[in-house]
Amino acid sequence: RKTGRVRDWGKQRKLEGIVVEMQDPQVGVKGSDQKLNVTTIPHVIAGQEIITWIANKMKTPLEEAHVFGTMLVAYGYIYPLQNHKKLVMSNDTSLYRFQTPYFWPAQKWVPEDSDYAIYLAKRNIRKKGMLEPYEQVHYNHLHEWLNHKWDFIVMQATEQYKAGKERKKADRVVFDCQERAYWIVNRPPRQTHSALDCGPERLIDPNKDEVTGQYNIFYQQAIMRSKVKSSVSLGALVKYITTYKNHDAFLAPCLPSNPWQTDNDSYWTLNMRRVDVPTKMRVERWSFSLFELLSDLRGRDDFKIFLKKEFSGENLAFWEAAEELKWGTASSMSTKAETIFKTFLAPGAPRWINIDGRTMGLTVKGLEHPHRYVLEAAQTHVFLLMKKDTFFRYLKSPVYKDIQKKARNPEPHNFSPNQLEQNSLNRGVGIHPIILWQQEEEEKAKAAAASAPVDVKAMMSKIDRKK
Amino acid sequence: MCVRETSEYFSLSHDLKMSGIYTLIIKLTNNDRQGLPKVKSLISKYMRSPLTPEMATQEVQLNETLAHLKTESETLKSKLEEERAKLHDVELHQVAEKVEGLGQFVMKTRRTLKGHGNKVLCMDWCKDKRRIVSSSQDGKVIVWDAFTTNKEHAVTMPCTWVMACAYAPSGCAVACGGLDNKCSVYPLSLDKNENLAAKKKSVAMHTNYLSACSFTNSDMQILTSSGDGTCALWDVESGQLLQSFHGHAADVLCLDLAPSETGNTFVSGGCDKKANVWDMRSGQCIQSFETHESDINSVRYYPSGDAFASGSDDATCRLYDLRADREVAIYSKESIIFGVSSVDFSLSGRLLFGGYNDYTINVWDVLKGTRVSILFGHENRVSTLRVSPDGTAFCTGSWDHTLRIWA
Repeated sequence: RKTGRVRDWGKQRKLEGIVVEMQDPQVGVKGSDQKLNVTTIPHVIAGQEIITWIANKMKTPLEEAHVFGTMLVAYGYIYPLQNHKKLVMSNDTSLYRFQTPYFWPAQKWVPEDSDYAIYLAKRNIRKKGMLEPYEQVHYNHLHEWLNHKWDFIVMQATEQYKAGKERKKADRVVFDCQERAYWIVNRPPRQTHSALDCGPERLIDPNKDEVTGQYNIFYQQAIMRSKVKSSVSLGALVKYITTYKNHDAFLAPCLPSNPWQTDNDSYWTLNMRRVDVPTKMRVERWSFSLFELLSDLRGRDDFKIFLKKEFSGENLAFWEAAEELKWGTASSMSTKAETIFKTFLAPGAPRWINIDGRTMGLTVKGLEHPHRYVLEAAQTHVFLLMKKDTFFRYLKSPVYKDIQKKARNPEPHNFSPNQLEQNSLNRGVGIHPIILWQQEEEEKAKAAAASAPVDVKAMMSKIDRKK
Repeated sequence: MCVRETSEYFSLSHDLKMSGIYTLIIKLTNNDRQGLPKVKSLISKYMRSPLTPEMATQEVQLNETLAHLKTESETLKSKLEEERAKLHDVELHQVAEKVEGLGQFVMKTRRTLKGHGNKVLCMDWCKDKRRIVSSSQDGKVIVWDAFTTNKEHAVTMPCTWVMACAYAPSGCAVACGGLDNKCSVYPLSLDKNENLAAKKKSVAMHTNYLSACSFTNSDMQILTSSGDGTCALWDVESGQLLQSFHGHAADVLCLDLAPSETGNTFVSGGCDKKANVWDMRSGQCIQSFETHESDINSVRYYPSGDAFASGSDDATCRLYDLRADREVAIYSKESIIFGVSSVDFSLSGRLLFGGYNDYTINVWDVLKGTRVSILFGHENRVSTLRVSPDGTAFCTGSWDHTLRIWA
C-alpha cells in the first residue's frame, strides 16, 4: 500500500507562496472567529471568500478559482471545519482554516507509518473507541506489523498526550483539528480524494543530476542529421489542419449527426467497412493521400478495381504481402518470405514487380536469411511508385469519378427533443467486432482462392493474338 | 539492519528529524538499490571526511571523469541548439496568423461509465469507434460498449494498479499490465459466460512496473514501456522479445506509435524529462527532446506523423516538430499549475485535449497556442484521455472511478 511522494517541489513552493499571501493581513482573505461547541476558533474563513480572492488574484473565472481552491484543500494547505473528510472547497458559507506550516507537505519529512501509529494510539488513550472504523482497521494493521516497537509507540503517544494536556483548551482544540486534517490528507479514508495520494512510487529521482557518456554520441549524431526549415515544416502542419478541417467532428458537423450527441448511430452504419455506396466525405478523404486511401479498406477495394483495369495490381499485392510479413508472427516469417519471393521477385515470377536492379539484388540476398524488415527497401520503392504515379492516375480515372458521383451525402438529422428522448432509449448495438473480424477473414479467404496469380506471359500472348 | 533502529531513535526528536542525517538514512532504507558498501561511502561523503584514504582518491578520479563528460555534454548540447536555430525562420504563431480563429465550443459529457470500484488508470478505444477497454487500481479490466454503456467483459488481474491497457486492432483481444511487471493478452469471446482469464497469455516481461502498452498494426506484436527505463517490442504468439529500446535514464511513462505509411517509429516519454523517438527496426533512438521541467506523463503523435505533443507534471503541454527537430509550441497558463496526465489531438490536429491533475480538461488551439475551452465534471484527477478513432468524441478516465465520453 505504498504510495508515491510529491515529485514537483517547484509547484509546491508556488502553492505555498499563494497560501502565505492569502493570510497576509493587508491583502489576504479576511477571516473571523467562529464558535465551535464551547470554544472559539480564530481565523476562520468561508469558502466563497477564498474562491473570490483566488479569482481576483489569478484573474480567472470563478469556476477555475473553485478548482484551484479544491486543490489547496486536497494538498492540505487549507482544511474544512465541517465535513472534514471531504477534501473539496465549496463555493458557499462552508468554513475553512489555514493549516499551520508545520503540517504542510514537506519534502524532507514523509509521514511514516510509525508516526501514524503514534497518532492513532494517542487518540485511543484519550478516549477509548474514539477511532473511526477505517482508522480502527489501520490501527489493527499497524499494531500487527509494527508490533516489535509497540512499546516505543505507546510511550511516544503517552508523552504527546501528556504534553497536550498542558496546553490551553483553545490551543488544544485548534491543534487537534490541524493534526486530524493532516492525517486525513496523508492517510485518506477510502472515499476521500487527497492530492498526496500519488500512485506507485516512481523509481528515479528527477532532481538528481545524471550524466552518461552515451548521450554525447547521440548529440553528435543529432548535430549531423538533416533538418527542415521551420517555415516548411510548420507550413505542412497548417496545411494538414486545413485539409482535414471539415472531417474533424469537433470543428464541422458530422453528417447525418454525431452518434454521441443524438444517440442515433446512422453515421457509423453509413461508414462501415463494406458499404456498397460510401459517403461523399469518405470518398473525398481518399483523395488526400495514398496513405489515407490504403488505410480505409473500402478505399483500398476501390483502388484495386482501378488497378485491375490497368493490369498493375502486382505493386499493391506486393505491398500488402510485405505488410503481412512485417506485422505477422515471428514463426510465420520464413514461409511468408518464401511465398513472396516465388510470387513477386523470382525471375519469371507470376506477379513480378518492376523495381530497380540494386534494390532487387539487395532484397533477394536478404531473403536468404529473412527477417521482419527484409522487404523494407523494396516496399518503400513500390509505395513511392504508387504514390507518385498510380495514385494520381487513379484520382483522374473513371473508376474514381464514378464512385464520387455515386457517393451519397446524407441529410443532416433534425431531431425534436421527444425524438432524442426516444433515441436514447433505443440505442443500436451494432455488430460485434469479433463477428466482423470473422466475416473479414472469410472474405479474404474467398478472395485468395478466387484470384489465381495472373500469368503475365499468357496475358501478353493473348494481347498479341488480338492485334 | 542497524540503520532501521537508528531511524527510530531519530524519530524521537523533531529537530533531528529535520536534520540531514535523518534524511540521508531515510533515503538509504527506502531506496533498496543501495547496498551496505555504498552506505559507508555516502556517510563519509556527508561527513566530509573519507573513511579511508583510497576511497578519497577513487572518489576524486570519478568526479574528474564525470566533470569532463559533463562539459563535453554541455558543449555538444549548445552546438545542437545552434544548428537547430539556424533553420528556425518563423514561429508557429506567426504562421498561424493567417489561419481562421475557432468558434465557441459546446462539449458536454455524453456518457458516464460507472462500474470500476477504484481509480481508473488507463483506457483505449476499439477500432469500431464505440467500444473501449479500461483498467483500474483494484486490478479490474472492463470492456464496455460506450455507446450503450453496457459492460461486455470484465477480467480481474492478479495484481493491483493496472496502469496500461490496449485494444487489439482486430477487436478480438485486449492487453493489460501494471505492477505485475508483465503485459498479458486476453482474447475476447462472444460467450458472456466464458472465463477470459483461462485463455490469458503472458507476453511481455519487464523488471519493473508496466507503464504503457500498445499493439502495432496487427494483433501479433505489442510495444511496451516500463518503470525499468526501457521500452520493448514483443511477438504475441511466442512471447519472444523482438527488440528492446534503451536510452531513458529513468522510468518510461508513456509511448505512442507513429501513424505514418512506413509505421516504423514510435515516441516515448519518461521521468528523465526526455521525449525520445525510436526506430523500431534498429532499436536506436533517432531524435530526442529535453525541454520539459518535470516527468513526461503522456506523448501523442500529431495525425500526420510529422510532430508530436507531450504532457508533463510541469503543467505544460508542448508540441515538437520532427522535421525541424525542435519544440515549436508551449501550451500553458499562469493559472494552470497542476500536472497534465494525458493528451490527444482531434482528428484534424487543430485541437489538443489535455487531462489534468486538478480534475479539469483543457482544450488548446494547437496553432494559435490559446486555450479555447475548459471542461469540468470529474471529481478527482483525470488520469487518461483518448480521442475516438473517427474523432467523433473523446473519453476520459479518472481517479473518481468513472469514465466520461465527451462530444
